Amino acid sequence: MEEKLILFKNRKRFGIEKNIDIIFKNTTLVLSSLVAVVLFGIILVVFIQSFESFSRYGLNFLVTSEWNPVKDEYGAFTAIYGTLVTSLLSLLITIPLGVGTAIFITEDFVPKFVREIVGSFVELLAAIPSVVLGLWAIFVMEPFFRDFFAFLHNFFGWIPLFSSEPAGRNSLLAIIILVVMLLPIVTSIARDSLNQVPKKLRNAAYGIGASRWKTIFSVILPAALSGIMAGVLLALGRAMGETMAVTMIIGNSNAFSWSLLSPGYTISSMLANQFGEADGSQVSSLFYAAFVLMILSLVVNIFAQWLVKKFSLKY
Amino acid sequence: MNSLYYQKKLSRNVGDKFFTSLSVFCAFIAILPLIFVVTYILIKGGAQINSDLFTLEPNPPGDDLDAGGINPALIGTLIITTIASIIAIPVGVGGGIYLAEYSKGGPFSKFIRFGVNVLAGVPSIIAGVFIYALIVSTKILFGSMYSGLAGGMALSILMLPTVIKTTDEGLKLVPNELRYASLGIGASMYTTILKITLPSAFRSIATGVVLGIARAAGETAPLIFTALFSYYYIVGFEDLFYEMGSLAVLIYNFALEPYDAQNKLAWAASFILVISILSVNIFSRILAAFTEKTKRV
Repeated sequence: MEEKLILFKNRKRFGIEKNIDIIFKNTTLVLSSLVAVVLFGIILVVFIQSFESFSRYGLNFLVTSEWNPVKDEYGAFTAIYGTLVTSLLSLLITIPLGVGTAIFITEDFVPKFVREIVGSFVELLAAIPSVVLGLWAIFVMEPFFRDFFAFLHNFFGWIPLFSSEPAGRNSLLAIIILVVMLLPIVTSIARDSLNQVPKKLRNAAYGIGASRWKTIFSVILPAALSGIMAGVLLALGRAMGETMAVTMIIGNSNAFSWSLLSPGYTISSMLANQFGEADGSQVSSLFYAAFVLMILSLVVNIFAQWLVKKFSLKY
Repeated sequence: MNSLYYQKKLSRNVGDKFFTSLSVFCAFIAILPLIFVVTYILIKGGAQINSDLFTLEPNPPGDDLDAGGINPALIGTLIITTIASIIAIPVGVGGGIYLAEYSKGGPFSKFIRFGVNVLAGVPSIIAGVFIYALIVSTKILFGSMYSGLAGGMALSILMLPTVIKTTDEGLKLVPNELRYASLGIGASMYTTILKITLPSAFRSIATGVVLGIARAAGETAPLIFTALFSYYYIVGFEDLFYEMGSLAVLIYNFALEPYDAQNKLAWAASFILVISILSVNIFSRILAAFTEKTKRV
């Protein structure tokens, strides 16, 4: 009896050790809640700073395109339009390209090591900093596409999208560099979701006599659709917030134009350009624009996450 | 009659051929950008590499005979990235430990995981805007406005989600038997985490963290109005509180200069940045593949 009691006492932890345990747990708890603090902090700070401009221009800010620091008139329509057009059009090009590449990587047209090399090439593209892509776009891509743009203007000038003389830096170049940046995102997420489709489905389709592409279009792609959609939305969020490469190549002009061949503006390029030397109500207006950008990308991101949760593969 | 044989002209076979070639074409287009970007950087940037590049200050634009070197920007990038890591790694690893080890999948941890994903999607320039409002414009850091310290803080916001996610996922891969064994012989929770689970997940966490650092090193948008840029050598500790150059901002500023000498410097800086980021990426890939092969269940 006595002996057992001593053993039991020995088992007891020292108070100090217990305290360390509790402190450690609570420290990690605090550190993990910092994520929420930072996230709400960002939303709150940007909103408070934009309040002056918000109360003065209201929602008119979103639909007027006057940006005149001298007269203190601000409206971000050109930038918002530019953000949406560049990101949506670049996505439109990236989706078929990225999904096609993902199918190439997951099917067995060529030996495995070739597919692995293609896969890692595309993924390494994501590691190239955006500012370096911007540098490359200015000095290599722009001269390369110059003749093509002239051709586009001469033959398709009747379409409003190509109606202006090609400028040295323009929205179309920004769209092309965005395609380069979105390609790794769409490809790698599409590849992952295609890989997750169970082999059984493929075998069943082959078994009833479907050809390879009939199987891909009618069985595999629909099964992987939710994952691919989520990847596309993540890419959209990235495209809207992408700053450096776009700022360097889009030409940064607040004059509104339907033509993709004339210089444009996006919210992020406006921020990158003007934030450093802005003062007074211009700063508040820039914060307002930043707030709009943040809401846009938050909505897209949250929708993407909801989509993943709602439609994730259950096999 | 020979309906069991492969018939080339059957519409399904023609269609298959067509889509297969389309997919191959997509893959071909997809690998072109990396090849072109890397080739141009190797050629244009590689030609500028000499010892002056690493030791001299850049000359202000306009002086287009000789652009100087990128020493302050190189050191600046190292310092700013280090500051970001010092903030983001403890917070991220700690937060990841809570999510993977302590939380029981309740609403709080669900919310934090959701928040991590949302934070990862916040545009990088917004992080810069946030730090500008919080630190630069309020001069809260001992009266200094633009500073390397502020730049490091902006970068740490971008690193945080990556670090938390890799820690969380790395710890989840550690088999529960290890935890049971440790707790079973009487170790407390924090001893189990620090001595057993964290060390066994070390390699995957470290890989993720290093990739996150490499990514942060190339970020420009959060730095252009937090750390700004500087042409001068970084000499002492107090320089942390002043404008600080970085390779990324140097590339941005000098790419837009009309002078050839500055453009060349931008290519040289890109060369150094891309070579270091790509080698970190390739190295961690090889390491991961190697781990995959030698993994024992």
